[in-house]
Amino acid sequence: MRMILFMTTALAVIGLAVWAYQENYRTQNAISETERLQGEIGEARARLAVLRAEWAYLNRPERLRDLAQINYDSLQLLPLRPDQFGKIDQVAFPPRDTLIDLDDAVDVSSAGDRP
Amino acid sequence: MIRKPLRPLASILRARDAGENPDAIERENVRQRHEEMRDKGRVRAEGRLFIMAILFLGGFITVSARMAVVSVSEAVEPRANYSGNRIVAQRADIVDRRGRILATNLETYALYAQPPQMIDKERVARELAAIFPDLKEERLVKDFTGKRKFLWIKKKLSPEQKQAVHDIGDPGLQFGTREMRLYPNGKLAAHILGGASFGKEDVRAAEVIGVAGVEKYFDEVLRDPANGGKALTLSIDLTVQAAAERVLAGGMKLMNAKSAAAVLMDVNTGEIVSMISLPDFDPNDRPRPPTKGLPSDSPLFNRAVQGLYELGSVFKIFAATQAMELGLANPSTLVNTAGPLRWGKFKIRDFRDYGSEMTLTKVIVKSSNIGTARMAQLIGAERQQGFLRDLGFFEPIPVELVEAHGAKPLYPDNWSELSTMTISYGHGLSTSPLHLAAGYAAIANGGKRVIPTLLKRDTPQDGPRVISQENAEAARRMLRMVVTDGTASFGDVPGYAVGGKTGTADKPKENGGGYYDDKVIATFASIFPAYDPKYVLIVSLDEPVETSGPEPRRTAGWTAVPVAAEMITRIAPLLGLRPDVEPGRLTDITLTSN
Repeated sequence: MRMILFMTTALAVIGLAVWAYQENYRTQNAISETERLQGEIGEARARLAVLRAEWAYLNRPERLRDLAQINYDSLQLLPLRPDQFGKIDQVAFPPRDTLIDLDDAVDVSSAGDRP
Repeated sequence: MIRKPLRPLASILRARDAGENPDAIERENVRQRHEEMRDKGRVRAEGRLFIMAILFLGGFITVSARMAVVSVSEAVEPRANYSGNRIVAQRADIVDRRGRILATNLETYALYAQPPQMIDKERVARELAAIFPDLKEERLVKDFTGKRKFLWIKKKLSPEQKQAVHDIGDPGLQFGTREMRLYPNGKLAAHILGGASFGKEDVRAAEVIGVAGVEKYFDEVLRDPANGGKALTLSIDLTVQAAAERVLAGGMKLMNAKSAAAVLMDVNTGEIVSMISLPDFDPNDRPRPPTKGLPSDSPLFNRAVQGLYELGSVFKIFAATQAMELGLANPSTLVNTAGPLRWGKFKIRDFRDYGSEMTLTKVIVKSSNIGTARMAQLIGAERQQGFLRDLGFFEPIPVELVEAHGAKPLYPDNWSELSTMTISYGHGLSTSPLHLAAGYAAIANGGKRVIPTLLKRDTPQDGPRVISQENAEAARRMLRMVVTDGTASFGDVPGYAVGGKTGTADKPKENGGGYYDDKVIATFASIFPAYDPKYVLIVSLDEPVETSGPEPRRTAGWTAVPVAAEMITRIAPLLGLRPDVEPGRLTDITLTSN
């Protein structure tokens, strides 16, 4: 009886030692993995910061204005004027003769269509 | 335990027989018993003290051992910790109200030299001078061959420059990592941002510290690692600032002005949406403060905040508003404007003779000095001071710029009745355009004081009421009239119902002794839309001359007003204000009910 107790204890100690050994290595691996990831995150952040700075630099109003001027022929961009936008309720209702009666669901209109 | 009796019968009897006092035996026994008790108590106390001493010793040994370990071992970052909030950069970004970057950091390198390790000093000096045209070869040779063991050559290198220096291939040239402050928009909002420079420098890193503007004001906050690199959000709108700056620069050139300033502020929240001072500078390469000449002539000078000027007639509306507030007048009260108004040997004149009487509205619309001065006489010095103080004209504006705290308005120590009269039309009290913006904002938002701020905020400032709702509205109607049929007729922008007041003030001579005849500061203080103001815009031009006519015109109506009108045309759509045009003819609307 005593022998069995000794044996199981010894086996348990060996088993626990193996388990602890494995856990130790897994922890070490996990730590080095987090370190590697944190390094990557840091690098990504640094890269992102540079990209953001570049984005801001390339989108600076002065440059966009110059580009709009250079490419005026193709883009025809001009500063926004107050008369270019308004409220929907300020737009007059279209006169009656431009409206077409559409009664049925399948009625379609080709008014305003250009050849 | 067997207790020893105090009076053992045998001993007592023996003592009685011998004729001795038996009490002596009892006393002796009591003494012995006490001694025993004392000895036992001492042993126990000593034991306790010993255990306590051991515990304390153990504690001290643990603490000192830990201290020794900490001091001897090298610092290691905690490896297994997850940290979501790592320090990303040394200094937080600054962004505009819509999150666009105004200031950020960029990694770069500094170049330093260690001459003792240098191999071919002359060649290194020659090649460095070829890469950096601002370095002198002779000077470098002298530095390298002298006694110096270490010197900084360049604080910031571009990647191309770094590669070129690397290609020299000398071991005496070394690079140190740096974080530099970058303002990607260049000159835009330069006076607000200020600038940054290096503080303490080391080979591995250098401190970046703010030197002016918000960078200095929020230096601690921006550098605080506890904020986790959270960007500082300003109230500035990048697009609006760019458009306004362009218009103002164009206007300044067109009107031949020496300098210009503009402030655009939200009347309810007090947010400064745009603030410009021209000429400006590039905060990436901030110029040194001037060593000669007036500091106010330097591009570093923020005219909108630091520039204290007598702004002239723009102040008349405050006198009129206060007269209404005190019940001394209403918009249609007739005011005596017969001129000139004499006060001692001092005469107050109008630009033109406007007849002997005008309504208060007309006084503002035509900008009559005499009429305003008469109102001020009725108000009196003390009440006038109180009102102007309530509007914030006596103290520096507590805006988030380091420069603002030095800009305390200038006013006469002895506030005589004459001062009261001249100050009512804006002479004798020097304030910054930002002060004026705060004053006009109070009229525009219905009478509540606002304190200008550069930080984005979402809720209106609920400041103390300084003007009643009705009088603020009456004042706004007067301001609108100034534009529709007064001195600011060029200021009307269809759809935005601009209201405002012009001010043309002669510039005082620098050395004292009166005013220049041909140098003015032209200011237009405007609110738009006048029926429900959202923004206040101050445009101020220094020494403008409009030369399209046969003779030069300097009044604000010809100089500052057209610039302000163009500015409103450009920026109002960017601010999301829809023009309120006359609705078109509503045709063919049939009311139906079903």
